[in-house]
Formats: sequence, C-alpha cells, structure tokens
Amino acid sequence: MSIDATSSREPPKGASALAFRSGSADDRATPSRHRERSATRGRKPRRLTIGRIGLYGFVAVAAAFFLLPAVVMVLTSLKTMPEIREGSIFALPESFDLTAWIKAWSSACTGLDCEGIRVGFWNSVVITVPSTIASIAAGAILGYALSFWRVKGADVLFAILLLGAFLPYQIFLYPMVRAFSMVGLYNTLACIVIVHVIFGLPIMTLIFRNFYAGLPVELFNAARVDGGGFFRIFWNVMLPMSTPILIVAAILQITNIWNDFILGLVFAGRENLPMTVQLNNVVNSTYGEREYNLNMAATILTAAVPLLVYFVSGRWFVRGIAAGAVKG
Amino acid sequence: MTAPRKRPSTASLMLVPFWLVVLVAYVGTMLWTVQISFTASKLLPVDVYVGFDQYHRLFSSTRWLVSMQNAVIFGVLFITGALVLGFLLAVVLDQKVRFENTLRTVFLYPYAMSFIVTGLIWQWLMNPGLGIQKAVRDWGFESFSFAWAVDRDMALYALVLAGLWQASGLVMALMLAGLRGVDEEIWKASRIDGIPAWRVYLFVVVPMLRPLILTAVVLLSISVVKAFDLVVALTNGGPGISSDMPAKFVMDNLFTRQNIGLATAAATVMLITVAAVLVPWIYSEYFRKVRAGAAT
Repeated sequence: MSIDATSSREPPKGASALAFRSGSADDRATPSRHRERSATRGRKPRRLTIGRIGLYGFVAVAAAFFLLPAVVMVLTSLKTMPEIREGSIFALPESFDLTAWIKAWSSACTGLDCEGIRVGFWNSVVITVPSTIASIAAGAILGYALSFWRVKGADVLFAILLLGAFLPYQIFLYPMVRAFSMVGLYNTLACIVIVHVIFGLPIMTLIFRNFYAGLPVELFNAARVDGGGFFRIFWNVMLPMSTPILIVAAILQITNIWNDFILGLVFAGRENLPMTVQLNNVVNSTYGEREYNLNMAATILTAAVPLLVYFVSGRWFVRGIAAGAVKG
Repeated sequence: MTAPRKRPSTASLMLVPFWLVVLVAYVGTMLWTVQISFTASKLLPVDVYVGFDQYHRLFSSTRWLVSMQNAVIFGVLFITGALVLGFLLAVVLDQKVRFENTLRTVFLYPYAMSFIVTGLIWQWLMNPGLGIQKAVRDWGFESFSFAWAVDRDMALYALVLAGLWQASGLVMALMLAGLRGVDEEIWKASRIDGIPAWRVYLFVVVPMLRPLILTAVVLLSISVVKAFDLVVALTNGGPGISSDMPAKFVMDNLFTRQNIGLATAAATVMLITVAAVLVPWIYSEYFRKVRAGAAT
C-alpha cells in the first residue's frame, strides 16, 4: 500500500491494493478452505453448540431481511388489485396472474403516454450500449497512457479525475446543462452518452491504470524496442491481455449506467428518458388509484438487467466492486 | 521507474482530449458553479454580483438547515449501520457456514439494484394501508407501526433502513475479502492463548482491516452526499421537508424552483464539505506514506 504520488507506474492508493487483495482472496478461497479442514483452526468447532445455533439464527434473520422485499415484490406483482387490497402482503397469490406484467411492459402510463415501461427499457438500452463502449475505450486508452508512457502532467490530470469521482454531481450539473444547450446538444441522446462517458472516466481510468500497472514493464519495453508505437502496442500487446479487466469494466459500467437516475433525468430529454426515470414517473406521479401490482412488475423489470448481470457474473461482480471501490 | 524516456509525442497528443474534458467538464463547470453562487441569478445566470448574499439566504433557509441536519443524521446512522451489519455478515460467513455462496449472493444482490428501485420497494413495504404494517396488525399486533415513509418523525429512518438494505452487502463483500486475507497463524496463536474468537475479531482483526474499513467509509459517505435517487423514490423529501437532503435541495432549486444562485451556493457548500472530508483522507492515503517512504 505504498505509493509515490509522483510516479505514474504505481497504482493509486487503497482501491488498487484492494483490487489485488480481493482478487487473490477470491481465487484462494477454495483451496484454503480445504487446508483449514485438516488444520485445526482457532475458531468455533463444527459441532452444534449454542453459539452455532445463534450463528445460524442470525444468518436466518439476515437472509430474511435481504430476501423478503424481493419475495414481496414478486408476490405482489402476480396478484390482482382486489387480492392486494384484501389480503396480506405476505400471502401467496391465488393464481399466477401475469396481467400486471403485461400491462407494465406495454401499457403503463406516465402522464398522458401509455406505452408501458418498454419505452424506458429501449431508451436505457440505447443509452447504455454506446456509453459503456465509449467509456471503456476512453478509460482503457487513458489508463494505458498513464501507466506506460511518461507524459508531463499526467499525474495532475489523474489527480483531478480522481477528485472528480468523489464530488457530488450537483456541483457540475448546471454549467453542463448551459454548455450543452449552447452547442445545441442538450436533451439529446448524444448529450446523455457524452455525460456518461465524462462521469465514467475517473473510475474507468482508475481500474485500467491499476490493471496495466500490474503488467510487467519488460513487456512494454520489448514492444518499444521492436518499434511499436502508441496505438500498435495498445492494440497488439495490451488489448489482447486485457480481457479480465474489460469484463470487470463492462459489468461496472452496464450496472452504473443502467441504474443512473439523476443524469438521465437532467440530460436525456423527454424522448430518451432512461428506464429508472420512467419507472419513478410511473410509480410516483400517477393520479387516481395506484396499481400496485403493475408498479411492482415495472420495478422488477427495471431491476432485471443489473440483476441478470449480477447473477451471471458472480465473482466478477465482487471483483468489480473492489476494483471500482473508489466510486460511489 | 523503468518507464521509457523517448519523446512520446503520440502519447502526449492522446492526452490532449482528456485534458480538455477534465479542464472543461470538471474544473470549468465547478468554477462556473462557484461563480454563479456569488450572483443574483434566479432563472438564468446574470452578472450581478451580490457577494455572500446567496449564502446568507441559504443559511437562513429552514429547508436547507433541515436538509443539512438530515444528511448528518442519515449519514451517521447509515454509515455505522452498514459497517456494523456488513462486518457481522462477513464474520458470520467466515465461520464456515453452509450455503456460503448462496448467502453471499443473497446479501449482495440489493447492491446491484438502483436506489430508485430500492426506494420504490421500501415505499411499498411501508405502505400504511397495505404493507407490512397491515399484515402484522392483522396478525393481532394492533399497535404495530411501520408506515415510516409517510411519518414525519420516521421518514428519515425509512431512508436509513432502505439504504442499509441496499448497501450492507457491499461492506460485507469488502470485509469478507479482508477476512480471507487474515493470516492463519493469528488464529492458531489466539487459540493457544485461549483468547475467545470475538475478542480476536474486535481487537486484532478489525485493526488489521483498517484500510478496508476506511475505504468502505469513504464509499458510504459518497452515497450519503449523493443521496438523491433514494430520497426521490422513497419519500420525495417529505412529509413536508422532514426527509429532505442537500442534493435534493440543490436539484429542486436548480430545475424546478428557478433559484440558480441559491442552488449553486448550496452546491458550493456541499463541495466544501466533501473537500473537508476528502483532503484529510487523501492526505493520509498519499502523503503520509510518501513521507514514510522518503524516510527509508
């Protein structure tokens, strides 16, 4: 965990040490458990003791706390409105009624538009795909430049970026809105994509810089001796080795951008509102009777993409958290 | 450092667009915000400078004072709560419990969801007429109350609860990685000395995890300062202003109340507050170590 603030080859504090540590801890987890089995460890015995029962009691309560909201959501989404009004929130639905899901997807209303949450879904897809690709590309190139090429002022650049990652968006938003309207981009798809790339830059740069700093510098030097230029080395040497970090970066950016609310709200414009914003409009600004089953179905649909990423990526997700630990 | 020393013109050129982004999008907008905060701007920025008037207005505004106070209460409860809960979960998972992988997935999945989704879920659970409150009352506990989100005195704690649900898994994941890195020898030694496990955790392991805990605190603090989505989805700052937050105060004054001068002043106060926390942290993380390194 020691860094020399002036060297560009060393990974920045905390986050990097964390990334490496958690990565290795992850990889080690399985073998070390085998080892523990034979070695006597100073912890509780595995027989059923009071402590052990208490332990499982705590686990059960904790699991209930984390799971219950999801269970209730799914149950509610499958009920009919009379069932919701009369029955308990924990009661099972009488029949699996998918009407609310279909309505949520294709005819839920936000104000006067009743085209369902699918509008926001496709908007989010259209925003997330280019934003993810562009921010990864930008972060990879900058991270590579910062870790292998000695460029004057690179540390200052990186320091400002890091600081930017910590500051609340509120401090940047209004001038950005003004600037985008001056160039006529405000409230367009391009606008929201550019904003995502700008605000994704610190975290992307950080994780790529950490990753490249972990590669042997001899590799780079050899490529230099062979006459490789900036882009050739990046493209032919670095990129082929970057698969793991590209996966981590993609997981991070897809979830971050999909889950974003505030930037989409401010910059995307009425035509491109992302799913999170549309969802909030559907649930929080409806007049008349609220359709809770529809609301819950829409909420699950909005959470579906990041949850899918989470379940499919497994350990990679945790690695992403550790690598991106500097981001809020 | 063994980095090359050739004149890297392409690399320097490559940094130019990034410099532009950083200087315009980060530094420029920040300075612009600070500049507006010293003007009398309402709907649009104007160049009438009024000194610290906006700040004076800001700190005479009950709504701002309440939202600052809320941020402090929310922050303290949310950060300590997430640290304690996350650490406990990590310790429990480190006891070779069954279904460890499943449990880890269960504890962490809320973190994959957005604050908007989190807020809406808990809004439903806390629904006074249909949510958990009704279910428990139907079971015979007539005085049970869980309609926190619509209760002036409890709305803030509703935010804390929902926040804990979403973010404790993050602390758990970080801490578990740290616990797995603790040396076997420490456990052996403490066993020989007959020290109970909880004391080892509290007095040996926790100090060892200090950097990780610090990182977790920084991460959680950022989400406190940025708390906007969760508030909008769960309570929308209400009832009244009882669960308002600085981030929401700024957004409302910027985009719905057309009070740009006041909003930028509030944003500047947020900036200064965050910087006041960040600078010591960055100092301790970077410069203290540099000096230690230089001494050797």
